Amino acid sequence: MAISRRKFLNMLTVGSAACLTLLTPITSWAAWASDAFNADKPEDAYKHLFGSTDAQESDEIKLKVPKIAENGGAVPVSVKTTMKNVESISIFVKDNPQPLTASFQIPAGTLADISTRIRLAQTSTVTAVIKADGKLYSKSQEVKVTIGGCGG
Amino acid sequence: MKVKAKFKDGITKVRVLAKHPMETGRRVDKETGEKIPAKYIQELTCEHNEKIVFVAQFGTSVSKNPYLAFAFEGGKKGDTLNLRWNDNTGDIEKKDAKIK
Repeated sequence: MAISRRKFLNMLTVGSAACLTLLTPITSWAAWASDAFNADKPEDAYKHLFGSTDAQESDEIKLKVPKIAENGGAVPVSVKTTMKNVESISIFVKDNPQPLTASFQIPAGTLADISTRIRLAQTSTVTAVIKADGKLYSKSQEVKVTIGGCGG
Repeated sequence: MKVKAKFKDGITKVRVLAKHPMETGRRVDKETGEKIPAKYIQELTCEHNEKIVFVAQFGTSVSKNPYLAFAFEGGKKGDTLNLRWNDNTGDIEKKDAKIK
């Protein structure tokens, strides 16, 4: 079957577009992970961000977050680990409207040791997920909230 | 955006305080009864010598005026760090900071 020049060009365009879509999640972090951030269930956010929900509990992760937070609007969180080859650190708040709170990329040479401040809508489990050597590890802690932080 | 970077024992510690309302889009204006549109930082990056040393992606549940602390190996006193954030409405802020 003969393929016209136009058709051949069309095939090229479609083909390369498909390749780009497949490559994007691996090669670039530049795009904001909108699917994962907009997910309203932790499992969906996991799937969109990591492609898996299979995280192993690990005591090698040090998750520092208060047990009781008076103001859910600004809860200090620190995550660090002694694990090698850490690729990313992500923070999930299970009972927030959108559980994925923040995700940090850790290039080689950057320490797996971050701190930030997050919002908790209500009492919830806070989970840190670390991707190291292509595997997922997690550590959770419950935080009791007296005043919620998502307003409204 | 306020940035403090300190070099000690081969490690550069960076602390960032970005000035931003971090509106979730779920808050209601008490006077008008209308929803306040979402406005939040989506991504914050830090470069040192044109190499990206840190990328933070945020959702709506990061606190107002986000605070961040991280550290990387290398760098030296007097080096410049280039920081940049962008939010969901397309606003961008850039800031250069010297390592002390």
